[in-house]
Amino acid sequence: MSLKILRPAPSSLHPNANNVQLDENGKLRHFLSFDGLKADHLTEILDIAESFMGVNEKSSKKVPLLRGKTVVNLFFENSTRTRTTFELAAKRLSADVLSMNISTSATTKGETLLDTLRNLEAMQSDMFVIRHADSGAAHFIASHVAPHIAVINGGDGQHAHPTQAMLDMFTIRRCKGDFTRLKVAIVGDILHSRVARSQIHALNLLNTAEVRVIAPRTLLPERVESLGVQVYHKMDDGLHDVDVVIMLRLQRERMKGGFLPSRDEFYQQYGLTQARLQQAKPDAIVMHPGPSNRGVEIESQVQDGPQSVILQQVTYGIAVRMAVMSLVMRNAGASA
Amino acid sequence: MSRILIEQGRVIDPANNVDNITNLYLQAGTISAVADHAPDGFVPDEVIDGRDLIVIPGLLELSARLHEPGKEYKATIKSETRAAAAGGITSLCCTPDTHPVIDETATVELIHRRAEDAGFARVLPIGALTRGLKSDCLSEMATLQAAGCIAFSNAGRAIKDTQILRRAMQYATTFDITLILQAEDPWLAQGSCAHEGAVATRLGLNASPVAAETVELARLLALVEQTGARCHFSHLSSRRAVEMIAAAKQQGLPISADVAIHQLFFTEMDLDGFNSQCHVKPPFRSQRDKEALRRGVQDGTIDLICCDHQPHEADAKLQPFPQTEAGISGLETLLPLTMKLVEEEVLTLSQAVALVTHNVAKVIQQPLGSLTPGHSADVCLFDPNAYWELEPQQLLSQGKNTPFAGWCFQSEVQQVFLAGERVFRVDYNTVE
Repeated sequence: MSLKILRPAPSSLHPNANNVQLDENGKLRHFLSFDGLKADHLTEILDIAESFMGVNEKSSKKVPLLRGKTVVNLFFENSTRTRTTFELAAKRLSADVLSMNISTSATTKGETLLDTLRNLEAMQSDMFVIRHADSGAAHFIASHVAPHIAVINGGDGQHAHPTQAMLDMFTIRRCKGDFTRLKVAIVGDILHSRVARSQIHALNLLNTAEVRVIAPRTLLPERVESLGVQVYHKMDDGLHDVDVVIMLRLQRERMKGGFLPSRDEFYQQYGLTQARLQQAKPDAIVMHPGPSNRGVEIESQVQDGPQSVILQQVTYGIAVRMAVMSLVMRNAGASA
Repeated sequence: MSRILIEQGRVIDPANNVDNITNLYLQAGTISAVADHAPDGFVPDEVIDGRDLIVIPGLLELSARLHEPGKEYKATIKSETRAAAAGGITSLCCTPDTHPVIDETATVELIHRRAEDAGFARVLPIGALTRGLKSDCLSEMATLQAAGCIAFSNAGRAIKDTQILRRAMQYATTFDITLILQAEDPWLAQGSCAHEGAVATRLGLNASPVAAETVELARLLALVEQTGARCHFSHLSSRRAVEMIAAAKQQGLPISADVAIHQLFFTEMDLDGFNSQCHVKPPFRSQRDKEALRRGVQDGTIDLICCDHQPHEADAKLQPFPQTEAGISGLETLLPLTMKLVEEEVLTLSQAVALVTHNVAKVIQQPLGSLTPGHSADVCLFDPNAYWELEPQQLLSQGKNTPFAGWCFQSEVQQVFLAGERVFRVDYNTVE
């Protein structure tokens, strides 16, 4: 038998070693998804966001929490709303902000995603906000950046969009308070929606009484119930007695590939009209992550109606993103 | 050529029902005898102490991407045959998706010559079933067969036109050719990188349903039934596919099947955290599928195990998960993993050895994979009680892409002979 030198087992790793977004004390290092997070993490973000609401209402809207820090918005996919609210949030925290729209064709010219990152690191950045068309892109980047850099997922493929979900939670908490008594319905293209996945995850972490999805089977991922939702195919049944209705955007290209026969039929079956909204509780709120398609998934009358909180969502988005940025930057500073 | 005596090893040769502590005699590049006493007049030039070692035929790998010619930045015939030898593999069937594709005799000759120059392992090219793998014209199968192609495949690309597929099968039977096919419906699997199930749903990955495999398998089996073509189905991934293969065998169809060894160890759960080393095609499926694949190997529904070797450069796996290239560099883990199935009591030792030697040789109809006297002296000696931990950087393959990093293995290849020549010895890093 040959003599072998036995290598010691991999060094004793901290319990969060498999979760790149948590540090050894379980604090949020990056914000990539809700994987491995607890209700406390979410509540902390919501509470901090609440404290920033005051800042945003003052005439001078700046706080110096990120002074001297450089935030790079790296958008590999088009976005207006998310990018601008991240920009505003960073500026209100007094950070220097650089926004880059990198079309995917530029990266296929030979520079790999890692090359792009190394270049930006070399410019002494402190935080990356990433939007990318591939699921897992933010995880990939967080796993490969220099240790002092914090990464925030601004939406990756069909996987997660955690800051959007947090601003939705913030909106719900402000309007409805306690999650444990709420019924929430998410309507539309769940299959392709990173927003829906993150909302479902967050709502469950906050112990929401009931989370429903309403969609035809072609727009639901397999085993969607394993995410912790009740599945409804009929709009009237699914909306019955809910406190919150979240509509999702329907992409035009879904008519190709056989997901849906037509926009008309989708609107007939799943469009949120004033009449349909009667199924929900009288004080139910209507949300939409935007941009919405009037007459495709939502009736104008509903979108502009008294139950709609769609514009508040946008306003709250700034406070919530300020909260996330200041929190992960503080934690990054602590562990670096 | 020297005469070698391997003394008192546990010789396992499933083709000849041998499992004894005995001696193995090699002479003139061939197996001379498996016996307790030397054949008449045999005077060894070298005696190898086989005590505590297991002596088996050199392994055969049915599905190796060697990437030469065309993608030498990923791997070369030299680098991969050397890795094969280190893994106890003496014969490699290389897939036709090289650049140029293996659809011309010149490419076959080039591969043979490079393999002979390297001298570490025998390379048996699999010819392209259609010209350029484009699925519209048949390749010159008879000519390629004469040049040395041992089977034909379309390298995992589905032939969508059922008429072309049927004629390819008919033409193959004319020349007694074996086809190696992968069952994956191109539409159902389009753009996918994971198994359609709870994990892909949570991670938001485009997923391939089990039906991608079963729909295509049903189409292929229907044509086998009609044409009588001898078909080998490669890389099964689901419980339903194993059941369909079992039923088709029951019916007497001339088919065989394999599974990639990693499918017997991983499931969809291993994709968690977007682990790109677990990006394989077909994808890792559910626990139930994994268990059914293990049972299929156990009961013989699945005829052989391969490693589906796909070495990649580091960058190929350094991307967001959906952008990474699928595949595992597997030559050096095939034997240790197969032996793990013995340690886990899924297989008997003899079964395990047959699955990576004799059973592969039977599918490609080559006189390999056994210790039959007169056959090429392709022999692997391994220590079943050597504990070691896999560190990817230590792989000899040019591709260090493996999800088995940090795994501890019990079996370790010690020495390997190809046609009586030593091509690997564990205590030498290289062989001159």
